[in-house]
Amino acid sequence: MNNSDKSNAGAASGLPTPANKDTTSIVKASLKRRYAAEKRFKLYGILSICASIGFLVILMVSIFSKGWPAFIGTYMQLDITLDQDTLGVTPQSSYKELRAANYSKLINNALLERFPDVSKRKEKRALYKLVSSGAEYQLSAHVINDPSMIGQSIKMWVAADDEVSALIKYKANLDEPENITTRLSEKQIAWTKQMLDAGEIKTGLNKAFFTNGDSREPEQAGIRAALVGSAFTLLITFLLSFPVAVAAAIYLEEFAPQNRWTDLVEVNINNLAAVPSIVFGLLGLAVFINFFSLPRSAPIVGGIVLSLMTLPTIIIASRAALKAVPPSIREAARGLGASPQQVVWHHVLPLAMPGILTGTIIGLAQALGETAPLLMIGMVAFIVDVPSSITDAATVLPVQVFLWADSPERAFVEKTSAAIIVLLAFLILMNAVAVLLRKKFERRW
Amino acid sequence: MSPATLLLLALLLGLATFAFGRYKALSIARSKGGNRYLHSLPGHYGMMVGLWCVLPALAILLAWQLFETPVTNSLLDSAVPQSISDKGEKAVELYKNDIRNIVSADQLDQVTDPDKKHAALRLNHLNSFSRIALLIVMLSAALIGAALAYRKIKASTEARTVVERILHVFLVSCASIAILTTIGIVFSVLFEAIRFFQQVSFLEFVSGTKWSPQTAIRTDQVGSSGSFGAVPLFVGTLLISAIAMLVAVPFGLLSAIYLAEYASPRARSIIKPLLEVLAGIPTVVYGFFAALTVAPLIRGLGESIGLSVSSESALAAGIVVGIMIIPFVSSLSDDVITAVPQAMRDGSYGLGATKSETVRKVVFPAALPGIVGGILLAASRAIGETMIVVMAAGLAANLTVNPLEAVTTVTVQIVTLLTGDQEFDSAKTLAAFALGLMLFVTTLMLNIIALHVVRRYREQYE
Repeated sequence: MNNSDKSNAGAASGLPTPANKDTTSIVKASLKRRYAAEKRFKLYGILSICASIGFLVILMVSIFSKGWPAFIGTYMQLDITLDQDTLGVTPQSSYKELRAANYSKLINNALLERFPDVSKRKEKRALYKLVSSGAEYQLSAHVINDPSMIGQSIKMWVAADDEVSALIKYKANLDEPENITTRLSEKQIAWTKQMLDAGEIKTGLNKAFFTNGDSREPEQAGIRAALVGSAFTLLITFLLSFPVAVAAAIYLEEFAPQNRWTDLVEVNINNLAAVPSIVFGLLGLAVFINFFSLPRSAPIVGGIVLSLMTLPTIIIASRAALKAVPPSIREAARGLGASPQQVVWHHVLPLAMPGILTGTIIGLAQALGETAPLLMIGMVAFIVDVPSSITDAATVLPVQVFLWADSPERAFVEKTSAAIIVLLAFLILMNAVAVLLRKKFERRW
Repeated sequence: MSPATLLLLALLLGLATFAFGRYKALSIARSKGGNRYLHSLPGHYGMMVGLWCVLPALAILLAWQLFETPVTNSLLDSAVPQSISDKGEKAVELYKNDIRNIVSADQLDQVTDPDKKHAALRLNHLNSFSRIALLIVMLSAALIGAALAYRKIKASTEARTVVERILHVFLVSCASIAILTTIGIVFSVLFEAIRFFQQVSFLEFVSGTKWSPQTAIRTDQVGSSGSFGAVPLFVGTLLISAIAMLVAVPFGLLSAIYLAEYASPRARSIIKPLLEVLAGIPTVVYGFFAALTVAPLIRGLGESIGLSVSSESALAAGIVVGIMIIPFVSSLSDDVITAVPQAMRDGSYGLGATKSETVRKVVFPAALPGIVGGILLAASRAIGETMIVVMAAGLAANLTVNPLEAVTTVTVQIVTLLTGDQEFDSAKTLAAFALGLMLFVTTLMLNIIALHVVRRYREQYE
């Protein structure tokens, strides 16, 4: 372009040729390059969008491919003789005695009966390891449920050990035990294969994952405690943040005079929306736990902290919803004699409600996925029991994910991914409800 | 009775007194010949009575909850034996704590020490007295309030004005919670940080290059005081944030330009929510992804070209933080780009510019202040991001700018210092609050600047 510019300038100074002909030819000459640049630019845009969505897809695929096996449980069928002498109880025994009975011995005996040729102590111990250590609780619950079975022989599906489970779920080739990476010995693999061929191993929905609390044993660890903890925490968050946020939005949008104080409140709300979440955790630790001495690790403190965090989100959404109600509604109500507050409570607020609820659900979804502030107030404890009130020690789903992600056992990787899938499912559900609400009730004036 | 039952009781009482008040207003209206002879609606009279019943009760309940423990605690002083109170304040606190644990766990009969038993019995007594007193005080306040309001009901009583004034106060106080929260944050981190700076000089904190907050138990051991030079943390935070911005800015900006200028409305309506899904994924999920998928990938790639990469490299954490903030950059930039007046584009097209030339030479410069504001907001997100770095970045404070090595950040250190067992007065836990103060001030400044820039920009075109 520089060259043609110069020659052009020379030509123009020499002869009075019409300049626009030259300009046209210059433009024409450059068109090809400019169109190419145009195409390239557009391509960059498409590529960056594809990359961003690609990240999303990779993330989802990696989580789902790791997480699905956790929803599948592996069970072994055993012929268990509920021998009175081994158990040390009779059908008439009390609940306490029934609970204390030795069920693991029964399971071990059943395994020995299945493989009668095992005799050495070391081999026996290896054999016992095929069954999950949670199997005895399964059996004990079964017997306590119907003590009249004592003395009889029953067929029962008990949970298999997590390494056995991994063999079955990932469809390892049991004929070539040397190619399998597992903690199991070749003998154990052979036994597993024998049972599998006899149809004594089956897979099914892993109910324990949804009904158990946390556990150090991967095959027994479940998300029930975390789910209940999340539900309590979210309930507190909703009860505190919704009324306060709506009231604040109503004040700022409908009643606030234009003065310094109002400006200060607005600046504060906008800033709080961008404060890192961990700082809210520090606030919770210093104010609610150390100053007001509320219980550590409890959903009530978690709920308070998260509600302070979600307030700005809900306030901003509620203000937008209130602003969208046209002034004519207010004027009509005023004209019929309603007081300013009656206008709001009877007319503006009901009309803005769908928008407010949408904002609230989105705010709560954010709170559901939040982890960092809860670490600060001690919700990282190892919780086995399902919390029964808002002051019990509890953990929540994202924190459970964080805890499991730290565990060294391989089986916890799939547990973590599975917990993430459950978490994402809840988030998708909440956002879908929000979108539906907006689509169904939002009115364009 | 637990606070929750008391709360429920107060609300039920409020409901009952509401019905009484409304009934009285209705009967006055009937005797006068209709509701129109009342100043307000019958429901307003009921609400006046109900509010005068519930509000005093709630105020008393709240005050009691806040001050019950401190008061019983100081009343317990008399039950602390002389031998303990001679040992100083700390021993007394410890002793009282012990007593409180015994009482709350209901293990009174297992206590053998007669002094302890005496103290525990006293605390038990105090607690039950406090519970009964609360119930009586609360109920009488509720009933007196309701009775006073009930007696005031006449046809001319301006019940609506009273109710609306109370509601107005409620609305104002709810709006002020935002300010209270900010004050709470500032004070909670500031006070602890000041206590920290009494033990460690501020200058050492902001200029020291050695960070090892673990203090030894005995004072004569090596490293007995710990060292609190936070420079490695600041550098680590900036390194990870810089990597994140290097990922997020180009991807986010180019996506925003494409969405705003090229995409059809249909494509836009599909792509935009998809990008926003990235912002909705919990950070703990990104952290897991970074630690389990991205970090080994980068390590493998690095090793295949002969580089030694730490398994907790800053690069992995930074890239994933960057992915997380792509939607912030893209949606904020999208907003400002679409706000550029169409007339400016038309002018550019009229002079023969292609679309990309218009974007680069007209739209982009016009939108630049707004874009910068958006990028600053995204940067403050990256600096304050916690879970991804906790799970994917390291714990050791290395002073390096090599993205392949492990670095630690301010947020990671806050989490490590404050999780697990802790003593609240040690420099170690106080250091977390000092770091929190730094974090809060930095992100606050970035936010204020960004919001200011964005607002100025909006006003320019409105």
